[in-house]
Amino acid sequence: MAEPLVIDTKGMHYTPLNRQIREAVASGVKEIVLNNVLGQRFIGNGLRGDAKITVNGVPGGDLGMFMSGPECEVFGDAEHAPGNTMDNGVLIIHGSAGDAVAHSMRGGKVFVEGNIGYRGGIHMKQYECKRPILVVGGTTHAFLGEYMAGGLILVLGIGHEPAVQDRGIGSGIHGGEIVIRGDVDVKLLGVGAKKVDFTEEDLENVTPVIEEFCERFDIDPKPFLNTNYSKIVPSSARPFAGKYTWE
Amino acid sequence: MCGIIGVIDRTMSRMDGSHIKRALSLMDERGSGEGAGYVAYGIYPDYADCYAIHVFFDNLLEPKTRVDAILKQWGRIVHQEEIPTYEQPGLKKEHIPWRYFFKPFTDLVVGSTNPDDDNVTNLVMAINTEVEGALVFSSGKNLGVFKASGWPEDVANFYRIEDYKGYIWLAHNRYPTNTSGWWGGAHPFNLLDWSVVHNGEITSYGTNRRYVEGQGYQCTMLTDTEVVAYLFDLLGRKHGLPSEMVVEALAPPFWDEIDEMPEKKEEFMKALRLTYGPALMNGPFAIVVATKDGIVGFTDRIKLRPLIVGENGSKLYISSEEAAIRTMDPDVDTIYMPRAGEPVIGRVVE
Amino acid sequence: MSLGSVPLKYKISIDRDQCMKCMRCVDNCSYGVYRIEDDKIIIDSRKCTACHRCISMCPRDAINLKERPVDYRSHPLWTTEAREDVINQARTGKIILAGMGNAVDYPIIFDRLVLDACQVTNPSIDPLREPMELRTYIGKKPSKLEFTKNNGDIDLTTQLTPNLKLATPLMIGHMSYGAISLNAQLSLAKAVAKTGTFMGTGEGGMHESIYPYQDHTIVQIASGRFGVDIDYLERGAAIEIKVGQGAKPGIGGHLPGEKVCADVSCTRMIPLGSDAISPAPHHDIYSIEDLAQLVRSLKEATNWEKPVFVKIAAVHNVAAIAAGIARSSADAVVIDGFKGGTGAAPKVFRDNVGIPIEAAIAAVDQKLNDQGIRNEVSIIASGGIRNSGDLAKSIALGADAVYIGTASLIALGCRVCGNCYRGLCPWGIATQKSELVERIDPEVGAQNVANLIHAWTLELSELMGAAGLNSIESLRGNRERLRGYMLDQGLLDVMQIDSVGA
Repeated sequence: MAEPLVIDTKGMHYTPLNRQIREAVASGVKEIVLNNVLGQRFIGNGLRGDAKITVNGVPGGDLGMFMSGPECEVFGDAEHAPGNTMDNGVLIIHGSAGDAVAHSMRGGKVFVEGNIGYRGGIHMKQYECKRPILVVGGTTHAFLGEYMAGGLILVLGIGHEPAVQDRGIGSGIHGGEIVIRGDVDVKLLGVGAKKVDFTEEDLENVTPVIEEFCERFDIDPKPFLNTNYSKIVPSSARPFAGKYTWE
Repeated sequence: MCGIIGVIDRTMSRMDGSHIKRALSLMDERGSGEGAGYVAYGIYPDYADCYAIHVFFDNLLEPKTRVDAILKQWGRIVHQEEIPTYEQPGLKKEHIPWRYFFKPFTDLVVGSTNPDDDNVTNLVMAINTEVEGALVFSSGKNLGVFKASGWPEDVANFYRIEDYKGYIWLAHNRYPTNTSGWWGGAHPFNLLDWSVVHNGEITSYGTNRRYVEGQGYQCTMLTDTEVVAYLFDLLGRKHGLPSEMVVEALAPPFWDEIDEMPEKKEEFMKALRLTYGPALMNGPFAIVVATKDGIVGFTDRIKLRPLIVGENGSKLYISSEEAAIRTMDPDVDTIYMPRAGEPVIGRVVE
Repeated sequence: MSLGSVPLKYKISIDRDQCMKCMRCVDNCSYGVYRIEDDKIIIDSRKCTACHRCISMCPRDAINLKERPVDYRSHPLWTTEAREDVINQARTGKIILAGMGNAVDYPIIFDRLVLDACQVTNPSIDPLREPMELRTYIGKKPSKLEFTKNNGDIDLTTQLTPNLKLATPLMIGHMSYGAISLNAQLSLAKAVAKTGTFMGTGEGGMHESIYPYQDHTIVQIASGRFGVDIDYLERGAAIEIKVGQGAKPGIGGHLPGEKVCADVSCTRMIPLGSDAISPAPHHDIYSIEDLAQLVRSLKEATNWEKPVFVKIAAVHNVAAIAAGIARSSADAVVIDGFKGGTGAAPKVFRDNVGIPIEAAIAAVDQKLNDQGIRNEVSIIASGGIRNSGDLAKSIALGADAVYIGTASLIALGCRVCGNCYRGLCPWGIATQKSELVERIDPEVGAQNVANLIHAWTLELSELMGAAGLNSIESLRGNRERLRGYMLDQGLLDVMQIDSVGA
């Protein structure tokens, strides 16, 4: 296997950085390591292909936005909206992330080892074979899965009891599902969200996701395969029905 | 969009301005090169008991004569000088920054528990509304605001802020929508001890402004942020609310949350919301406020702007971006995101 | 010399091909427009009031109504109305009485105010998915919070006085039993109970069938003191002193004896069939300190447990008067603009006295703010609020909440025909005739009124969300979020708003 391309990004602006990444991927480089990353936005923005990018440091906002295919692994925290409108590929964050993680994500996976901020998974959507997945190891703040139109959000809540304590879960959800370890107080549910039984079949469905997440972060999956979850789904696919009358 | 960062050393150990300059410059993406500013506490130890009045003069003729006269009428000018500045290619010097070290006469304001502060508040309001060509942009003791239109590094170099040493620093990188290019529109905003940096827009500005104007303040800066300084002055200084309570009044819990609180707390929050309803701030914001005793950071009630907190020993950092904190302090050991409306407080320990 | 008759106001015609002679029009018209002769429906258009009852009940849409079918010679000054009023008064020598609100074509300030919305610099808030707080407390508020600190524990010293808790900043104004029917009032009472808000009883006492909803009522004490006793005062969630009314500032009221049926007589505590006369002033209030006395007296009588409102008509000096009221123990000032409705008012008052509510709210809010006491007292605005846009604008101008009157009656069927004073309301609203009153099913009526309140509340939430506001406090007095469109500088200055584009 070829040597990875290593870039010291210290003091570098994101435009030349992204250009360098894109050119490298175009020339067939499969692995890129970015060192000393600090605040550069848009890393991997719109990037296609199947390269693997390792980010050492704290990237700026919109990491992997519109990304379609690559895998990007961050050793550090991420800021605002990693995985924004992401199409395909994987983001693995060995740390926490800011607000609006996986905003409008269309496909692929975002794995966050720590916590995420407000409005995680807002307006994630699915279409045919595209089904985005957001997994959070820690906890999440309010309005998780707001407007959610498809895909899966899984919150393991490691080190947090209960896993989620903030309000507005699935507010306006009209597609997809939110799975949270343990029980979720129904008063935390947003408008249009309902809690349903988490069945054996549901567990079967999320098992590969849990296993992959745990493998990525070297966590023992067993405790998460042998515990209770709450499943939150839309109470209707038509949240606006009944709101309007014709003139 | 704007970028903010604040730091306090709780032991009051003083830091020069070079680190915050780098941190703020890291967030250039959040600004537009039309405004940046810094405030530092503890920078004038030789005049610690004087109000340090920073003024932008359009010229040193009539405006200055009038300001001199007002100051002399209300107190004693202990010392005055032009604030040293250093020409920068990217920054057009629009005003002459000047500083007075001022001691108000204490017997001029009647019926006040805090005549010195009220005296200085009155003269700041008077100068800013009545004297054309003069703008007071900093009026606290042993602290100073340094701001201008330009990129953060240019503004910092213009004032050579690395020459100042403070135990609290706030800084702001501006992307103006209202008053572009006006030095007075740059942050931090300051009144007496209170300094404010703000990212976002206060949609309740009209309501908040009417409220503080009804309580004797005058909004002269043409922007929403100054009202925050006045709200803190009114609630914090005049009404004696501790900082946590001021934040609870400005970004209170929702009624459905209050309804669920234990009775005593519920009663308290209800009284707070009813008393200070017009002070409630709406719209997207992340704000850091400083006084000589500490800093407090908070966001709007539904967290529409980012705010990250970092800690390292005696230092507490609050910023729009984690990367900015790490630029200032690569060894920062705790990083976390506060909840919406949750006050993050760093107090000096004496 | 005879003046002869004036032309028809309305001309009714029936499409005889469509008509199936179901006779619903004949049965429904309480004014006697229709009668049957030889199996034919005969029409007397002169009796028509354009109440639309027949039209709404006709299953075949066979009835047509034309307003002013006969032209006068057109003249910009001597309008039809001006000429006919002269003819009327020449014939009778009397004061002209008219129903409903001001009918002069004054510019409507609400229609020249536009609201703001977010673009880019702040996000709109989706009220269906994120918290949106319309809860409004009406009553006195402290000027500052007082508390003590004991080892980090905070004890509140401030004692809140009782406030009304509204789920939405919208209440139903005072329409008395007598002026309107019991079924109409019962519908309103059920509706406010359903929607978490309040209604005014008017100065007609409280009928026992309203008792189950008394926690959602504001009992009124006016110059006639009808139906007022200590039980009545204790029943209401709040008490309102009515000094004046927007539709007829400066004069009293008069419920004609024919509306004083047995039930009204007992609720008002006056003899059957006698006129119920409310004097112009309260004869225990000849000055502002007398008002303060009455407020205190009501508070004493009810153990300081009830908020007390004072309602005044919006007149020229409304701001100073309101400031005087605010200084008493009163909890709220109700300002009623000159477009406010009424069952009956002398036309010359209805159309010529008082000022519009928009300017009155702005002036009162400003005066109280200048005195630093705006938040300590509530402002309730009324008089011509037609939709949620008017509601939002009222609050942005400085009101805490509004009263609606006419809008709530329209929700019960009223078509604003303006003949309330005749006691023949075919919709069963402004009448005491049992066969007409029965036309309102209070359950259905309540649902319609509740729907209206709900719909406006939703729309207000959307307007606030679009403006990036998630609590009503932040809209109140937020004139930055209003602009004037084609308003003159004088009004812009009074309302302290900028022009569009500014």
